[in-house]
Amino acid sequence: MSTPLLEIDNLKVDFELPTGTVSAVKGVSFHIDQGETVALVGESGSGKSVTSTALMRLLPEMAKISGAIRLDGEDLTQVSASRMRRLRGNEFSMIFQEPMTSLNPLHRIGRQIAEVLHRHRGVSGSQARTRVLELLDQVGIPEPERRISSYPHELSGGQRQRVMIAMALACEPRLLIADEPTTALDVTVQAQILDLLRNLQKRYGMAILFITHDLSLVRRFAERVCVMRYGELVESGETAKVFNDPQHDYTRMLLDAEPRGSKAAVAEDAPVLLSGQDVRVRFTTKKRLFGKSDYFEAVRGIDLTVRRGQTVGIVGESGSGKSTLGRALLRLLKSQGQLRFEDTDITDFDKSRMRPLRSRMQVVFQDPFGSLSPRLTVGEIISEGLKVHFPELDRREREARVIESLEEVALDPAMRKRYPHEFSGGQRQRIAIARALVLKPDFLLLDEPTSALDRSVQMTVIELLRHLQQKYNLTYVFISHDLAVVRALSDTVLVMKEGQVVEQGSAESIFRAPQEAYTKALLKAAFLDTAA
Amino acid sequence: MTSSSGAHDTHAASGTGRDAADHLQGGGGPNPPQAPVAQPGESLAREAWRRLRHNRAAMASLVLLALMAVICIAGPWFMPWDLAEVDWNAFGVAPTLEGQHWLGTDANGRDLLTRTLYGGRVSLSVALVATLVSLVIGVLYGAISGYVGGRTDNLMMRFVDIMYSLPFMFLVILLMVVFGRNIFLIYAAIGAVEWLDMARIVRGQTLSLKRREFIEAAHALGVRDSKIVTRHLIPNSIGPVIIYVTLTVPKVILLESFLSFLGLGVQEPLTSWGVLISEGTSNMQGAPWMLIVPATFLAVTLFCLNFLGDGLRDALDPRTR
Repeated sequence: MSTPLLEIDNLKVDFELPTGTVSAVKGVSFHIDQGETVALVGESGSGKSVTSTALMRLLPEMAKISGAIRLDGEDLTQVSASRMRRLRGNEFSMIFQEPMTSLNPLHRIGRQIAEVLHRHRGVSGSQARTRVLELLDQVGIPEPERRISSYPHELSGGQRQRVMIAMALACEPRLLIADEPTTALDVTVQAQILDLLRNLQKRYGMAILFITHDLSLVRRFAERVCVMRYGELVESGETAKVFNDPQHDYTRMLLDAEPRGSKAAVAEDAPVLLSGQDVRVRFTTKKRLFGKSDYFEAVRGIDLTVRRGQTVGIVGESGSGKSTLGRALLRLLKSQGQLRFEDTDITDFDKSRMRPLRSRMQVVFQDPFGSLSPRLTVGEIISEGLKVHFPELDRREREARVIESLEEVALDPAMRKRYPHEFSGGQRQRIAIARALVLKPDFLLLDEPTSALDRSVQMTVIELLRHLQQKYNLTYVFISHDLAVVRALSDTVLVMKEGQVVEQGSAESIFRAPQEAYTKALLKAAFLDTAA
Repeated sequence: MTSSSGAHDTHAASGTGRDAADHLQGGGGPNPPQAPVAQPGESLAREAWRRLRHNRAAMASLVLLALMAVICIAGPWFMPWDLAEVDWNAFGVAPTLEGQHWLGTDANGRDLLTRTLYGGRVSLSVALVATLVSLVIGVLYGAISGYVGGRTDNLMMRFVDIMYSLPFMFLVILLMVVFGRNIFLIYAAIGAVEWLDMARIVRGQTLSLKRREFIEAAHALGVRDSKIVTRHLIPNSIGPVIIYVTLTVPKVILLESFLSFLGLGVQEPLTSWGVLISEGTSNMQGAPWMLIVPATFLAVTLFCLNFLGDGLRDALDPRTR
């Protein structure tokens, strides 16, 4: 092909902040041909999203762009705002990561799609409606006649992303920019959306710029790949070539970042640390003054035994009740059924009776940004539990324990004087682990502790968790939707769906030879390279 | 293997883990100025003070406010005129540097500067006391209601609704009848009404905060409920609270003038800024200084409060450096 559809030539983006200039993109050049899929890969902070927003000219005022972005030879950095508005949607359009927030909750989806048509094509009325129905059908929304008048909240995450795609495709753009379009979705839905995008690509012959941090998706989806780091393009080329023969250390590191290995087995007769029988959790959905209230049962009778030193992995998609089960095990939620911790029946324990046990069973949450109070220093956060459980310690002794646990998670103890926002996601997760460790617990509930982290950071956190488990003979319940991580860490695995256990067994057997259809679908969608 | 990878991965975490937002905000990079070694618990206040000092507008406002308080408290002692003293030679005299009444006199021949300073004492103290009352009651009430939730929350908030629906004037008159006329009654009445808004705001904040994971982590640590409220919930809802306080102060000053205007507040010869302004308004055409003088005092105070409130909100948030 002679001229590429999109050509980016030495693109630089600087953010001019009151505190100085921050270069987010430092001279990136690549091109996309007609009908081609190019993946832009990088971890958070690599400048990949800034690059794509620069293409759309949607960057904030303080951003200074230099270099050229040529669409069919027309330099987008030079065109007027009104010309740009015409190009957006018409020539190229964009889908975002968050299907929850990128639709206006107050308008019916049909109207939102029709608006695009009206603005760019001047189509309205019944003509627009026909086209909207056609689009909804193409993106695989069942019963488009009925769905056209739904509000966004009535659709699932996957369906919302489909609507976003329908909006992006309304004017048959030649370039679609997909910024992490599947990151917020469950694995099975992820696969469907990617299939859909590929089919639509064939049909419309459009090019796709696919931005992601997930290399396993790239391999399946893109023809060429560009790897970004710190605002620079470190490597680019044919996907197969880059994957098979990476030239740059960083690419190699990324490719190598898939968690490996498996957990050393624990003796069969190790003492049972935590067990639950017929655990049920109910949420009241509607309360009535008189008569029965309405319930939703999130966990529906689960039996579970965790032996000392074991890791039990709980996998499932969102809404499967896995996190609810975890909280019930720690009695952070009210539940029915029997719960035992060692020899103590904790089924009916209230807050004050649970308190002495709390130091022995701790938790690490998913969101490294939400799980640390922004107004306390790291030292205060970590020492909070010490004040509760070891009130006899004076300040110096507490300080010593805090320093010890920070060293344990490989953080500089001098950092205890700082606030959480000064740390990266991986570091915050380490702080959360230190907060749990400082109490010297026996049992740790890990609720998606690595899901919000970049792959390379994920690896280091997993290594840390493994190391700590060996050192202190810790017992883990590891909740995750990431099957690769669960496989690397767990002794036994529970697959959950709709509050029930679909399948359980040793990690080995579940991943080698899944029995249930649902487990198989999960494994397939996760693109794990398992021998079938 | 494990320990060496530990050293390596902190590096990786600090390098690649920072997301774009961090890059945009964190102009200071990974090495912000090291906070002075402080005792836990005190550090937030001390840090906040350090940050506030860097905010020039807020500091100027603080100085001005302090100055305003000092001249209102001490000023009247040095004035040649008394609050109710009538200068029979000067009725409604305009401001002049030559005469004895620098800022003029009112229609009854009383020195306007003296009266404004006395009025400042009343207005500022009403503002201070009523706002403090509303702050303490409102924040505690709202935080408890939101945190405990369920039936308690329902009961507590219905009580707030009932208080809202009571006509304010009715409440004040009722208090007057029971306790007689008293300036402390104004404080009480205004405080009793203003905390309702505060309680609602704090409750809303609490409801959204208590689902956050750091609260759940505190539960998992076995932290007592009272500690969770005072250590986690209240400090984290301080931003909107301070904004609201800076809005409450002017509201309280105006409410007081309204009460006084109706004859339910301060009584002649004692005065307040609100009263002076309402008197000034009626003489606006012939003697504009009667309006301008007290209004300027009030406006400067409120202006400073707004700047100070803004500065405080930023200073109390560790995320702003």
